[in-house]
Amino acid sequence: SHPPRRLCILKGIYPHEPKHKKKVNKGSTAPRTFYLLKDIKFLLHEPIVNKFREYKVFVRKLRKAYGKSEWSTVDRLKDNKPSYKLDHIVKERYPTFVDALRDLDDALSMCFLFSTFPRTGKCHVQTIQLCRRLAVEFMNYVIASRSLRKVFLSIKGIYYQAEVLGQPVTWITPYTFAHDHPTDVDYRVMATFTEFYTTLLGFVNFRLYQSLNLVYPPKIDSQTDAELKPAEGTEYAMDSESYLEKLSALSASLARVLAPAHEDEMEMDEFPVEGETAEQMDARKQEQEALEKHKKLFEGLRFFLNREVPREPLAFVIRCFGGQVSWDKSLCIGATYDVTDPSITHHIVDRPRVEPQVVGRYYLQPQWVFDSVNAKLCLPVADYFPGVLLPPHLSPFVTEQEGDYIPPEKLKLLAMQRGENPDDESEEEDEEEEEEEDDDKEEEEDESEKEEEMKLKKMEEQKTQSNKALPVKVTAGKVRLEDKQRLEQEQQSEEKRLAIMMMKKREKYLYKKIMFGKKRKVREANKLAAKRKAHDTAVKEEKKKSKKARRA
Amino acid sequence: SPHSSSLRPLQDIRNTVGNIPMEWYQDFPHIGYNLDGKKIYKPIRNKDELDMFLEKMENPEYWRTVQDKMTGADIKLTDEQVELVHRLQRGQFGDVHFNPYEPAVDFFTHEVMIHPVTNRPADKRSFIPSLIEKEKVSKLVHAIKMGWIKPRKPKDDTPTYYDLWAHEDPNSILGRHKMHVPAPKMKLPGHEESYNPPPEYLLSEEEKLAWEQQEPAERKLNFVPQQYRCLRAVPAYPRFIHERFERCLDLYLCPRQRKMRVNVDPEDLIPKLPKPQDLQPFPTTQALIYRGHSSLVRCLSVSPSGQWLVSGSDDGTVRFWEVCTARCMKTLPVGGVVKSVAWNPNPTVCLVAVGVEQSVLLVNPCLGDKLLYGATDQLLESYVAPEEERVQPVQWVTATAEQHGKGVRLLVQHSKAVKQVTWHGKGDYFASVVSDNSNMQVLIHQTSKRWSQNPFRKSKGLVQCVLFHPIRPYFFVATQRYVRVYNLLKQELTKKLMTNCKWVSSMAIHPGGDNIICGSYDSKLAWFDLDLSTRPYQLLRHHKKALRSVAFHKRYPLFASASDDGTVIVCHGMVYNDLLQNPLLVPVKVLKGHTPTLDLGVLAVLFHPTQPWVFSSGADGTVRLYT
Repeated sequence: SHPPRRLCILKGIYPHEPKHKKKVNKGSTAPRTFYLLKDIKFLLHEPIVNKFREYKVFVRKLRKAYGKSEWSTVDRLKDNKPSYKLDHIVKERYPTFVDALRDLDDALSMCFLFSTFPRTGKCHVQTIQLCRRLAVEFMNYVIASRSLRKVFLSIKGIYYQAEVLGQPVTWITPYTFAHDHPTDVDYRVMATFTEFYTTLLGFVNFRLYQSLNLVYPPKIDSQTDAELKPAEGTEYAMDSESYLEKLSALSASLARVLAPAHEDEMEMDEFPVEGETAEQMDARKQEQEALEKHKKLFEGLRFFLNREVPREPLAFVIRCFGGQVSWDKSLCIGATYDVTDPSITHHIVDRPRVEPQVVGRYYLQPQWVFDSVNAKLCLPVADYFPGVLLPPHLSPFVTEQEGDYIPPEKLKLLAMQRGENPDDESEEEDEEEEEEEDDDKEEEEDESEKEEEMKLKKMEEQKTQSNKALPVKVTAGKVRLEDKQRLEQEQQSEEKRLAIMMMKKREKYLYKKIMFGKKRKVREANKLAAKRKAHDTAVKEEKKKSKKARRA
Repeated sequence: SPHSSSLRPLQDIRNTVGNIPMEWYQDFPHIGYNLDGKKIYKPIRNKDELDMFLEKMENPEYWRTVQDKMTGADIKLTDEQVELVHRLQRGQFGDVHFNPYEPAVDFFTHEVMIHPVTNRPADKRSFIPSLIEKEKVSKLVHAIKMGWIKPRKPKDDTPTYYDLWAHEDPNSILGRHKMHVPAPKMKLPGHEESYNPPPEYLLSEEEKLAWEQQEPAERKLNFVPQQYRCLRAVPAYPRFIHERFERCLDLYLCPRQRKMRVNVDPEDLIPKLPKPQDLQPFPTTQALIYRGHSSLVRCLSVSPSGQWLVSGSDDGTVRFWEVCTARCMKTLPVGGVVKSVAWNPNPTVCLVAVGVEQSVLLVNPCLGDKLLYGATDQLLESYVAPEEERVQPVQWVTATAEQHGKGVRLLVQHSKAVKQVTWHGKGDYFASVVSDNSNMQVLIHQTSKRWSQNPFRKSKGLVQCVLFHPIRPYFFVATQRYVRVYNLLKQELTKKLMTNCKWVSSMAIHPGGDNIICGSYDSKLAWFDLDLSTRPYQLLRHHKKALRSVAFHKRYPLFASASDDGTVIVCHGMVYNDLLQNPLLVPVKVLKGHTPTLDLGVLAVLFHPTQPWVFSSGADGTVRLYT
């Protein structure tokens, strides 16, 4: 029989794959799941089991009272509803804080998902509110610590990767749309997981806030709070209600327990690790510097988000890298400046064209922000103007190894990161555009080109004629050398083949498997490259055709 | 019911069973009791479906006929009753004269009246505080004072957090955590998951179709890559909750196991063998092709001097070649498929045994030194028939004059077709294998005495080939799966080698005599060290198809195997005199040249007795020399 589900989830008990499946399964090979006997015994000693029993009794009593319409009893029972805490389980499952951080991915993804659920049905409103609160707290921590590293807009949702105390933490948030709740999903399982995850995340948040000397539960810095207040006036009913919203606006900095003592500017003492060469140390130092630079990517930039742009992810990302961000006052609480503010440097827009453009600021599509974060530098803005066909958005999580297919955009980006700025393709494109602008000039140029071609042809003909005139034939002299090399290569390959013949059966199998995997990888890379080439040629031809059509 | 009673006051057959389910009387002939206590019998109903239908069609009153459940009788409803039914169906009152819309009279209004509704004076108890209540309250007060009842506290649902890891003690970590297998993290997304991926990651139409036809579990991607112009156009992902849910299920239902990822450089797997160059000499290139046969060449043999080569073919000829020039010196038509040829290993004798159909021909090819082949003829003619005629399993026949002219000297006529002929090292004895199923499969012949004998009393299976030990008096007999080693002097079985093959095709012995190799039709080559064990020291699976022939070199540490895949593989097989050192087997060359015809490749392989050269004959009718 299966062990109790809720207990297994909370205690993190999972089945094990036995070493000798047949031995354990009494000789049968039928698929079965096996738990360690120790694990199940361990479940029995859990004090929370008694709490679960109490809860079961409570539910039974409550049902009875409802059935008898004894409302006073119902009230009394509800007041004395047994509650339980999962603190000790969290501590037991994650004996150290780093353990908890390592397992934070699923907790964050789940909390972010639950915080987007509607407040009706599916699960308790309290759970949803708690999830939202914890998610907002975590985002505020990431902003305060500037620990966000990578962002990725996928078709599933938005992936974020932060480096929290040296541990990479990745989570995904769905796009903000109403959920089409599936019927083949057991929400009770998800709710049990969420119950544990909220507890875990709460404690993790507390510790994280403590590590940054921030007040927990988070408080908006009184200075910024005061700045925010007059802007809103009396639009919101209660301070307590709007507090979470103000926090979730992500535009205000948080209050600290101690005044910030300029930790950021404090220089780290250098402790040379033994056995480390000067080069390695230099590399480390450079890496550190690059990281610092990355953290201050948007420092000094002022963004304004148009209302069609997803506000929360953008505000989160921009604030994580030191930028200032605002939006329309009617869109959300927490707007700090207006559209008309002349100091705005970047205006994020997601519509085909913007009519009244203000001089002195870039109008950009939101992808620019994400791409810049992933590239660790502010990318050239020209590709991201409103209405322009965007360059592909690449995943920052892919690190291509040797032999993998690397899309040309990535190559370009890598070159840009190395500092090789001028890329030929874009220039060519620019030239083409220029050409398109004034057709007359181009035609002239074309004619001149044709003339040149003719000249060249003539020259070639002359050359060939002169060649024919010579009586001596030239024979290649290096053929033999090449042959030698080839021979050597052939010999080596034959040696290898012979050696492979002598391999043991098992090793041969392994070898063939590895080689098959390698070949498949190469095949896939080649396929992608071919596809890209075909696509590029198709695009070019289309361009040419349209050009011709225009000319005609 | 009152209506039915009023209808039939005269014959009162009211049923008095009361308000009970009438099914209780289902199995009885009666349906209850009348007022007199007599049984009321069910009216006889013998109408079948057809009668019912006819009545329905013909009886104009059918629609108003109703069966009384209490008595089982049919009742025709009157007009009034029908009217009543209609009214009830319409939701109206049964009584025609009832008026549901009588004018309402308000007795109580919201206005305060000057007169009380009742004139009763107020009770005294309404002016006196209640004693019972006082008692109850005092009890509660007492309970609160005594601390039995605590005032209700408003409950705070918000969980409180604190620094859970304030006292982290790495030593207090339970042993459980050491064997804990952390859940693997979710796979990070690649370029193809982007909302605006590079165009090469989008699926083409065929790929999309293929994706749809795949089982969801088999798909490499669990989504179809898609491209959106701008972020505004990206919709919600419909399977988001599903994926989180599946992750949850994985976390608590999937068995976890630590798997060691094989992180081996494939180059490390290749065994380090001595370089073929260091193991020279061995044949590397095709030097000569001996053309002449018109059909497959099944067998080869080379003279002990290494000057002459003899080959037997399916076209019914035996050809003699000069090795160095590839010139066909002599063609001997024998009128049948030549299964086996063997040159006498004695260098002082010039004699070739040829197995054709049911006989073994002893041929003097008359090649080389005239003295030598003359001496051979003399040797054969010096035979004096014994005085007593002995019973022999075969017939020894001297060749006719015509045959003698061609070179044939003696004919040994067997009763069945001959498969193989092989000489003893000294050159006097030879053995022949006959395709038979009896104990007569193997015969040993003595040329000088023209005397044959059958060494075995019992058949041990289909004999594939036989072999004499080069030095000691041992005799090897290969059946389909085993190789038996007999001691000819003691006349007993000394060893039985398990080949681990399905069907042995050929066998060769190392000139040292301690190692033999067996080729088999299941493309394996087994190397036996006779001193080591009766199982193969090594099984080599170099060929892709059935092995046809194997051979050892007499001087160099080389052996070769010929296979149906058209290749000859030459291997270095060093045998050390030191008994502790195992033989070293290294393949050194794959020789290609023969074109496989009729699914047959190379049929015979043979080394030159002195040079590191190898001959091979194939199904394409050629013999080739590799040097």
